[in-house]
Amino acid sequence: MKTIKPQAITEAVSDLIVQAALIMRPDVKRALEKALRTEKSRHGREVLSVILENGKKARKNRVPICQDTGMAVVYCEVGTKVRVQGGLEEAITKGVIAGTKKGCLRRSIVSDPFLRKNTGTNTPVVIHYGWRKDNKIKLSLLLKGFGCENKSAVVMLNPTAEYATIKDAVLNVIRMAGPNACPPFVIGVGIGGTLDKAASMAKEVLFEPLGKRHTVAWCSRLERDLIKEANTLQIGPLGLGGTSTVLDVKVKTFPTHIAGLPVAVNVSCHATRSAEVVL
Amino acid sequence: MRNNITTPLTSATITRLRAGEEYLLSGEIFTARDQAHKKLAELIQKKKKLPIDLATAIIYYCGPTPEKPSEIIGSCGPTTSSRMDLFTPLLMKHGLRMMIGKGKRSQDVIHAIKQCQGAYAITYGGCGAYLQEKVIAREVIAFPELGPEAIYKLTVRDFPLIIAVDSKGNSCINH
Repeated sequence: MKTIKPQAITEAVSDLIVQAALIMRPDVKRALEKALRTEKSRHGREVLSVILENGKKARKNRVPICQDTGMAVVYCEVGTKVRVQGGLEEAITKGVIAGTKKGCLRRSIVSDPFLRKNTGTNTPVVIHYGWRKDNKIKLSLLLKGFGCENKSAVVMLNPTAEYATIKDAVLNVIRMAGPNACPPFVIGVGIGGTLDKAASMAKEVLFEPLGKRHTVAWCSRLERDLIKEANTLQIGPLGLGGTSTVLDVKVKTFPTHIAGLPVAVNVSCHATRSAEVVL
Repeated sequence: MRNNITTPLTSATITRLRAGEEYLLSGEIFTARDQAHKKLAELIQKKKKLPIDLATAIIYYCGPTPEKPSEIIGSCGPTTSSRMDLFTPLLMKHGLRMMIGKGKRSQDVIHAIKQCQGAYAITYGGCGAYLQEKVIAREVIAFPELGPEAIYKLTVRDFPLIIAVDSKGNSCINH
């Protein structure tokens, strides 16, 4: 049985916060560079160049990539052979508070969705817990900006829905996101489970490396078809038109009820920011 | 190809801006986003004095990150303009003519822009580090209790703009 001190978790989460907010993910950078090479519109190429230059400046000047440093979402996988010496939620929360100060993130959280008083600490954190069969803890942090979160959606399709209906449901969300969610997007799609399970999967899948296709044939086909068709919508970088509306589309599925077919679409912007560590 | 423009922008200059044109703006702009807009609308409705002169101010929809001690401002890219659509026609009725943000605007806002011969420009969304370097001074003007949502006066140099909606109601952004 391994013992992990809460201080170790706090320090790890603090480092993840700074990493995610300031350093562009390498696979996102590669996808943006590829988009720049293939983008057909002049405006589009110019925007993509500035996005890449922004990534360089953020890293060099130690400043957040985007001023919307997002809401912290943590997926915490706890090994069955690990003991945390103290409160896990408290340790993670302290880590976000510390990382927010260290990286100069924006305090973007209000304590009540209607009363809207800023908590001043950039917390609380949305935490999802899971288990793993070893003596480690995996911490996966996503900083989710709300320009794109606001354009995400869940659609409850009929269980008899055809492939085209599923595809069109996702395309419609991308179309409605349009220029407002900072294209080019990374699109997470969760299909199956319950409404909330589908939504959780659509966000979880944003951690996975861009450019890798699903292993199940119909899902891989869906990813490729969505990428192709989304890039004909003429939304383009910043919504000025162009062929780079999405950098990637990633699908995750789960068994579901005989009467349902939940389809969740989590729109993520070109500043898709995450970092992970295993303790 | 970018032309330089400097504040205060004359009415004639704003009216002549055309959708799709690119500019480098120097001078003063005022940040204001959701909560500041709500407060400004309340002040207008109560017929109280506003903390900024709408007739000459260019509003920039932005809530920056906190700055390091050595910095003038933190990361400061644009926030989504459409959330301010609800308040914009009222502000334009009381003098506002130009705004900078990202994303599309409602038909009501486009109509208001045409009516007052104004303009709406976009700048690089998600590029807060890039835009940080264009800000050479910052001053709190109103609502400091709102933190990042306060009204700040920013002095900018070569701040990149793309005109998205012009005084004729033309748009180059996917509306």
